[in-house]
Amino acid sequence: MAELIVYGIILGSIIALGSIGLTLIWGITDLFNCAHGDQITVGAYTAFVFTSLFSNMGILQGKVGPFSFCWGVLLAFIPAVIISVVLALIIDRWVYKPLRHSGAHFITSFIASIGVAWVLRGFIYIIWGADFHFYSSGLRTVAFLPLGIKLRIDEIFIVVIAWMAVALVYLFLAKTKKGKALRALADNPGLARISGIDTEYMIKWAWGIAGTLIAIAGILYGIETQLRPEMGWIFLLPLFAAIILGGKGSITGALIGGLLLGIAQQVSTAWLLPTYKPAIAFIIMIAVLIFRPKGIFGRRHI
Amino acid sequence: MGMSLGGVLNFLVSFAIMASIYAILAIGLNVHWGYTGLLNFGIAGFFALGAYTSALITSPKPVGIMANYVRQAIGLNLPFLLGIAGAAIVSGVIAGVIGILTLRLSEGYLAIATIGIAESIRIFINNESWLANGPQGLIGLPRPLHNIVPRCYYNYLYLVIVSIFLTVIYFAVERGIRSPWGRVLRAIREDEIMVSADGKNVFFFKLQSLIFGAMIMGIGGALYAHFSAAIQPGVFEPLFGTFIIWAMLTLGGTGNNKGAIIGSFIVWALWSWSTFLIFKVVPRGFETRAPYIRYVLIGLLLIFIIIKRPKGMLGEEAHVSEF
Repeated sequence: MAELIVYGIILGSIIALGSIGLTLIWGITDLFNCAHGDQITVGAYTAFVFTSLFSNMGILQGKVGPFSFCWGVLLAFIPAVIISVVLALIIDRWVYKPLRHSGAHFITSFIASIGVAWVLRGFIYIIWGADFHFYSSGLRTVAFLPLGIKLRIDEIFIVVIAWMAVALVYLFLAKTKKGKALRALADNPGLARISGIDTEYMIKWAWGIAGTLIAIAGILYGIETQLRPEMGWIFLLPLFAAIILGGKGSITGALIGGLLLGIAQQVSTAWLLPTYKPAIAFIIMIAVLIFRPKGIFGRRHI
Repeated sequence: MGMSLGGVLNFLVSFAIMASIYAILAIGLNVHWGYTGLLNFGIAGFFALGAYTSALITSPKPVGIMANYVRQAIGLNLPFLLGIAGAAIVSGVIAGVIGILTLRLSEGYLAIATIGIAESIRIFINNESWLANGPQGLIGLPRPLHNIVPRCYYNYLYLVIVSIFLTVIYFAVERGIRSPWGRVLRAIREDEIMVSADGKNVFFFKLQSLIFGAMIMGIGGALYAHFSAAIQPGVFEPLFGTFIIWAMLTLGGTGNNKGAIIGSFIVWALWSWSTFLIFKVVPRGFETRAPYIRYVLIGLLLIFIIIKRPKGMLGEEAHVSEF
């Protein structure tokens, strides 16, 4: 059981990391972004391109400490984040911004994001094909922790990076002026606008944060499993469940929701087939919705 | 790629059958979203329920050596029309249960809850192999009236059967939506609070709409099962079971049943024909990746329509009540 809880925390950390950007954009722009998952896939594959590039150039091939991947993967975080942010800004400029300005129903932008998801996934398939890819072919060393817990060393890296990224975003939102403006916008867009916050400018910042977290989540997810074109799309549904649990626009809610879902999914395998894991996420989500329709941390609007 | 006239006709006929089945599902969605404003993103769930119910009702329980390979909890070996009726009833009853649980949620939450329910239904069918053979699914499902025409012409007959169902469903929904009942649904879509202030039980009307649309989706699922004669849980994943149908309705025109039909034919044509066109232009060695250009095409079309023509190709018809 202890082992399952630890696995749950690992899964939950990746879910939490992926869901912060999603709930931030949901809170600020009212967009429930269906393309979030495929943007995660793009992030993972971009890092893969740079990793292969470095390895073709014959540089950065040394393994990082006890981990299975090489220095190239670490360096690839930088271009992956940049490309992910630029992509997010381009999509927002050409798809969601026109819809925002025409005052469209939120479902319109939701359906548009389905279109974006298909375009991204189409390009991923066309460029990289349907095969699985790996960042490295190295052996994955296993660590033995107390209580009989077996853990891949890589997973320690994943959890540390995920929570570092979460902590940085949290500090940014809590301490900086821009962060406060973002939170104000998520809390009450109308009031924020009257107070002189430049909405469109802050939305760009929101996409910047979301794009950064998307790329990091994609790479960590790629290290944990493998790269395949549907990886982000399949990952999206637990993310939806996590932010619904957390409540609209709530970062803390998404973190706790993500951890809770990760742990619940892994612990459920003690009794149920592992293939039931996604269903567990949904059943918890639906149960929470029925009893607390605004999520655990949702604001009770009138 | 040389293709005989017969080959082209066969291709067109099976295309038309699939597009008509999608049109039935899109009309079901139109009842939910187009007329009542219910965000059902769990079409795949009712699609699957309809397909599996009809399959279990109409096929015989495997016996002898087959029973070792195909596990099936029920196998009633009843006629096709009873399969269709069963599909509609089971989808409707499950929709009623889902509705009682979730219809009080605000619209966005309903969308996500229904995605979750549809996925749970699919995962359940996939995992519980005793029910309907798990991931391998059921094969050799009976095809109605298969003994009155030669095998190679069967699809022509099935196209007629599907067209009859599509026509009946189309007129039933058109009639329903022009009735006082349909007026209440559209009023709920426009302004729920007004309708409840008028003394109507909004929840009850929404529940009826959810059940009615789900029954139509169940029939669509049953028609699919007897056309493909083989069903697996993989068919009912969100992409082909739900999202593509949303694209069809959005493209054709939300709130317009003709739009639902036209949208289904256009999207399905793009999806199934683009492969042929693409194979002609792509360089060698690229063939395996070429079909995915379809994702890009349909995605771009959907984005374009949403931004440039948010009401779809046809837009909503002005409804003049007959009463």
